[in-house]
Amino acid sequence: MNNAGEHAANPPAARLRLGGLFARHGKWLIILPPLTYLFVFFLVPFVFALKISFADLALRVPPFTDILTVSPDHHINLTLNLGNFRYLFTDDLYGLSYLYSLRTAFFSTLVCLAIGYPMAYAIARATKSAQNILLLLVILPFWTSFLLRVYALEGIISDNGLLNTALLWLGIIHRPLQIMQTTVAVYLGIIYTYLPFMVLPLFATLEKLDLSLLEAAEDLGSPPWRSFLDVTLPLSMPGVIAGSMLVFIPAIGEFVIPSLLGGPDNLMIGRVLWDEFFGNRDWPVAAAVSIVFLVFLVGPIALYQHYSVKQMET
Amino acid sequence: MERRLSPVLVTILLLGIALLYIPMVVLIAYSFNASPLVSVWGGFSVSWYARLAHNREILDAAWLSLRIGVIASTSAVILGTLAAIALVRFRRFRGRFMLTAMVNAPLVMPEIITGITQLLLFISMMHVIGWPHRGALTIVIAHVAFCTSYVTITVQSRLQSADRSIEEAAMDLGAGPVGAFVDTTLPIIAPALVSSWLLCLTLSLDDLVISSLVSGPGASTLPMVIYSKVKLGVTPDINALASLIICVVGACVIVAGVSMRRTERRRTAERQLAES
Repeated sequence: MNNAGEHAANPPAARLRLGGLFARHGKWLIILPPLTYLFVFFLVPFVFALKISFADLALRVPPFTDILTVSPDHHINLTLNLGNFRYLFTDDLYGLSYLYSLRTAFFSTLVCLAIGYPMAYAIARATKSAQNILLLLVILPFWTSFLLRVYALEGIISDNGLLNTALLWLGIIHRPLQIMQTTVAVYLGIIYTYLPFMVLPLFATLEKLDLSLLEAAEDLGSPPWRSFLDVTLPLSMPGVIAGSMLVFIPAIGEFVIPSLLGGPDNLMIGRVLWDEFFGNRDWPVAAAVSIVFLVFLVGPIALYQHYSVKQMET
Repeated sequence: MERRLSPVLVTILLLGIALLYIPMVVLIAYSFNASPLVSVWGGFSVSWYARLAHNREILDAAWLSLRIGVIASTSAVILGTLAAIALVRFRRFRGRFMLTAMVNAPLVMPEIITGITQLLLFISMMHVIGWPHRGALTIVIAHVAFCTSYVTITVQSRLQSADRSIEEAAMDLGAGPVGAFVDTTLPIIAPALVSSWLLCLTLSLDDLVISSLVSGPGASTLPMVIYSKVKLGVTPDINALASLIICVVGACVIVAGVSMRRTERRRTAERQLAES
């Protein structure tokens, strides 16, 4: 620390000591609070979930057994109960719902990409003033309540909602279409609510794209679709992946959409997990489902981290 | 841009935006329907709004949500800004990788997993140290955890583009590191702090899954009340409430967007003046 221009009010020696202390350890005053908080309330919970997934259901508070016990002769006993995991792999319900959730999330992500990419592309190429308005239009739903938007969609697709009323009035159909409580409703819900998450990262990469590259390709005689495939698409890959993961991963675990729009037998894993928790109160099994679910997610999350960190640093 | 946009692109863009807005517009229209039945237009009426003002359950839940949201987003802005400073300013420190991972993971982690694992932690803590009681407190703790990530991401990108030389100049002129940061860099990242605080507030006000999981008896937030009502069927007073929330949020976002653009424009103009 350079303390040459010190305030007269502070005894220089005291300032020097404090300053020195801050220079040496001050950085930890900044790092430690968020690091500790996230460690205790975000990372440690997963350790507890892992621990409880090996426990057994018990009639006490909390309602599961300890996996670590100290016997009267001071031996520490570790009791790992693999029954919860065995149950997951023998009961068809969980396997089916994992697959069903993956499939639903995958196809919704594809549709979001198919709609979101042209949208982001058009916004990135619009004039500056139009761009600001269009961006605001895409961001606005992102700020409005997720729950309320799902509820709003119900007003469109329900049996006597706007869509059916319009189609009946036009004479295209003669009986209301059953959309609510079907798989289609869940797809529509995910696409509708997650679309802004796809458009925004795509816009961020497409906006940064160097247009002179496209001009160069054009000068060299490349037709527009070739330039798109050879230049634009590869350069926008970080945005494609970040956007896709922002839709895909949360969509797998989606609860509100299947619960409000899907039928009672909808198999989305978030819903199965919710019922396990609030219906059966079988916490060890719920913990085991979460852990297995998380293991499946490690790959996609790592992929997302890789690309979002790369995007941050450029 | 000189390039003309193809009509196909423009059509998809407009359809996409229509897809985003039609349900909300229809919901707002329904909220003025005098008839409680969705399919019947019973004339224009504001009676559902009037009834809303007397619904104690909704008013209490809204007040609880608001308090939780303000406390959680304020704490998250403090923690998230510290994390952003750590990640941008300190290139190398023990735990950097862990902090990066813990900041980015909550953005994509399915809420139901975060909620269940946090609940298991709270239950175990309660058993061992007798704290925290499940309710508003545990909701705040859980909200701060996921909001911090959004703050860090927002502030991080702003901090990266901030010019550090002014801060170094202040330090050369005798300011301490904290004083120099507060006087020079803080005003530059202030818009990011405000917008991330607002984002946290809306995320916290909107959260259903995590709140329901970690909450205890007696603490029902607004989304929890809305969800349980909607689950039972379409209720016209929820239409009114939803329209109210959508309009307030929409107005705030538009005002914030316009004013932020105005300050941005003024700043670039000043910079150009200073450079010329």
